[in-house]
Amino acid sequence: MDISGIKTIEHDVLIVGAGGAGLSAAIEASSRGVSTGIVMKSLLGKAHTVMAEGGMAAALGNVDARDHWKIHFRDTMRGGKFLNVWRMAELHAKLAPDRVRLLEEWGAVFDRTRQGLINQRNFGGHRYPRLAHVGDRTGLEMIRTLQDHGIHQGIQVYMECTGLDLLKNEQGEVNGIVCMWRETGNFTIFKAKSIIFATGGGGKAWDVTSNSWEYTGDGFAMAYEAGADLMDLEFNQFHPTGMVWPLSVKGTLVTESVRGEGGILLNSEGTRFMFNYIPDRFKSETADTEEEAARWLAGDQNARRPPELLTRDVVARAINDEVKAGRGSKHGGAYLNIATQRSAEDIKRKLPSMYHQFKVLAELDITKEPMEVGPTCHYFMGGIRVDADTTMSSLSGLFACGECAAGMHGANRLGGNSLSDLLVFGYLSGKNAAEYAQSKDSHSNIDQDQVVAIIKNATAILNRESGSNPYLLHEELEQNMQKNVGIIRTRETLEAGIAGIETIKESYQSVRAKGASQFNPGWHEALAMRNLIITAEAVARAALMREESRGAHTRADFPGEQGYWHQYNIVSSKGDDGQMHLRKAERKKPDPELERIAKSTIEDLEKEVAQERTTVNT
Amino acid sequence: MARRKFRIYRGDNEQGQLTDYNVDVQEGMVVLDVIHRIQAEEAEDLAVRWNCKAGKCGSCSMEINGKPKLSCMTRMNEYKEDETITITPLKSFPILKDLVTDVSWNYEQNERIKPVKLAPEAKTDRGYVMYQKDVDRIQEFRKCIECYLCQNVCHIIRDHEKKDTFIGPRFMIRVAGLEMHPLDTEDRLPELKKEFGSGMCNITRCCTDVCPEHINITDNGIIPMKERVVDRFYDPVTIMARKLWGPPKKKLPPIPEELKKG
Repeated sequence: MDISGIKTIEHDVLIVGAGGAGLSAAIEASSRGVSTGIVMKSLLGKAHTVMAEGGMAAALGNVDARDHWKIHFRDTMRGGKFLNVWRMAELHAKLAPDRVRLLEEWGAVFDRTRQGLINQRNFGGHRYPRLAHVGDRTGLEMIRTLQDHGIHQGIQVYMECTGLDLLKNEQGEVNGIVCMWRETGNFTIFKAKSIIFATGGGGKAWDVTSNSWEYTGDGFAMAYEAGADLMDLEFNQFHPTGMVWPLSVKGTLVTESVRGEGGILLNSEGTRFMFNYIPDRFKSETADTEEEAARWLAGDQNARRPPELLTRDVVARAINDEVKAGRGSKHGGAYLNIATQRSAEDIKRKLPSMYHQFKVLAELDITKEPMEVGPTCHYFMGGIRVDADTTMSSLSGLFACGECAAGMHGANRLGGNSLSDLLVFGYLSGKNAAEYAQSKDSHSNIDQDQVVAIIKNATAILNRESGSNPYLLHEELEQNMQKNVGIIRTRETLEAGIAGIETIKESYQSVRAKGASQFNPGWHEALAMRNLIITAEAVARAALMREESRGAHTRADFPGEQGYWHQYNIVSSKGDDGQMHLRKAERKKPDPELERIAKSTIEDLEKEVAQERTTVNT
Repeated sequence: MARRKFRIYRGDNEQGQLTDYNVDVQEGMVVLDVIHRIQAEEAEDLAVRWNCKAGKCGSCSMEINGKPKLSCMTRMNEYKEDETITITPLKSFPILKDLVTDVSWNYEQNERIKPVKLAPEAKTDRGYVMYQKDVDRIQEFRKCIECYLCQNVCHIIRDHEKKDTFIGPRFMIRVAGLEMHPLDTEDRLPELKKEFGSGMCNITRCCTDVCPEHINITDNGIIPMKERVVDRFYDPVTIMARKLWGPPKKKLPPIPEELKKG
């Protein structure tokens, strides 16, 4: 195969993925004077960040002045069931406020407080109103701001360009990536001194998902194929509130802001069931009567938070349990009612896109009627294993940030911590990848054999005379994951899930896309399927290995958190035999000060923070 | 469930034809669902752009029975059961393949607009100060999901092919959002008048009619911008005032005492 005609593009730093993390990384790298390029599967400004609704969490203290990075950090660790990489949660809580304010400087127009500052709203698992937001379209504001700022920073933008696989030099360092242009089907070699993956998650492995077609685990799989470590893949967040009806929109996200603004969850008997699902760890901080919850909504600072605002893992399981017990809504979910809690005018002002979404897609007026909601696959806590400070993966030259990186959120992510994660770790990736690139005098040589192998793999799918249909194969995988690797798992279902994945892997060997290479969604689907299968396998195998229930990972056969498993992360990588290998990696001991903060009672920590402030002011 | 008839454009900018498909349509389906079903069952290589499937990303713009719409937010029950539904790509942009068009011209327009530049005096240790009432009107413009339906339907762009003379409704409101930003200190009116062609728009409101976000593009965005251009460049009183005293200084929102530095 002659590849001399294939175009090569050179950059110091190349970013793959243009959501909030990728754009933040690109802006930071470019500001350091290195040649920066960014490739993306969709058009600029369409990445999944655009769908984020609720807001970005940062201890700005604009609404409740008691907030502090220590309390945000504590909330994050508790939400993550203490499996978070301590240092990442610390960096996130400390850096988020400045990154949010910088976004404002770049043109973001957040909702305002009476004082004229960035307004903040309540969200699950956050002690205080903490989410900087714009109605319920915060992600759109974020991506548009980064896009409009980014296009003036000298970054080269490559749209509708799909990464296929990484290239490495003789020293085993990442030195490039082969990409395919969706419009033409042509290939290009990107040479780079460092590469940042900001490729998002792999929620398209499930049938009921809030994720778009782009979420096929590309970053996980490309990193894995190149020899990088993946970590914590068993932790998949099922968002408690996805639409359940009509079927064609099953899984579409209903923002947590509905509950943040006071929305309540009811079963078919009209019971506000979340009061029955308050875990011991959160009992002292959660309202136990409807009366107290109502006072909280009215703004009483001494009232505790309603149980609807418990962490997502808890709420998702509660809805699941209610449906299983025969108390589900008409179409098999729970009722989410904001109509009885807020005026129609408030709802339209604070939740305009939810109002619109239900009106059009379900012909339902949320200012008058309850919504029907149920769990939907939403987010990967796990991903590419990275160093907390540099965000570099176990492969030299490969960095990762945002959803595709592991560690920040532990076993369960708090709502609102994703957008701030994108800002903080996007920035750190951009900074460190640029510094890494600056330490290299020149680009290393591309190994032609690697390029040929990647291109041959991709074109074989188009050249087959017959073979399996990529769309149907994808559906098969979705059904398998939904049935066997869902919210509640057992050894039995997981083993069945893995067997299912093995069968799908076999069929994939003969997958075939009809038609030519120009803008061919069937071919694109087939290429993405390789990544999705690797992702699904890593999830199912890690879920089988972790014999406990922690955060978003629930094993019906191993209920409750186990002290033993708290000491380990599960790491998966590709062995020399070409098979997926899993191992338990012992976690680093936490910094004693961080451990003290995370394990303090809320009362003690609030006192400590208040005292610190008095000392500073006097 | 009912079997429904569809005609979809297959081809590129040079040649193509409407191809017939019959699909079983279930309750609640939108047009994009139908396209996906056709892809999975009959035409694997049928090209279409989409992402969020909830009207938030603006990727799946197309013309449905001649009307520019987001296919993910167009429910099948908007049409009669026996009606054949014709789906074609956006007319104002070159067709790449099937329902996918080359919208790069829009990205080029955006790059021509000077970015936001906030007044440093409005910055406190706690961030910039501006009030909800100051930002309400620009938040309306910032709801834009860049679906380019307004660009597609604007007759200056669509019928007269004057892409080189008018930046289009989407970018008129982008400029309006910056010019009306309570803290922005940049001046974009000279280019708005000359290069961006604000005078080309004759307020037929076609853009406003198709906006899936219900942004009042014409009345709240374009008209105020046209007025500012007229004031600046055609009103003899303002022209004289600017000559004598220079450009008027923007009045910034007041900073509360407790946020002032020192």
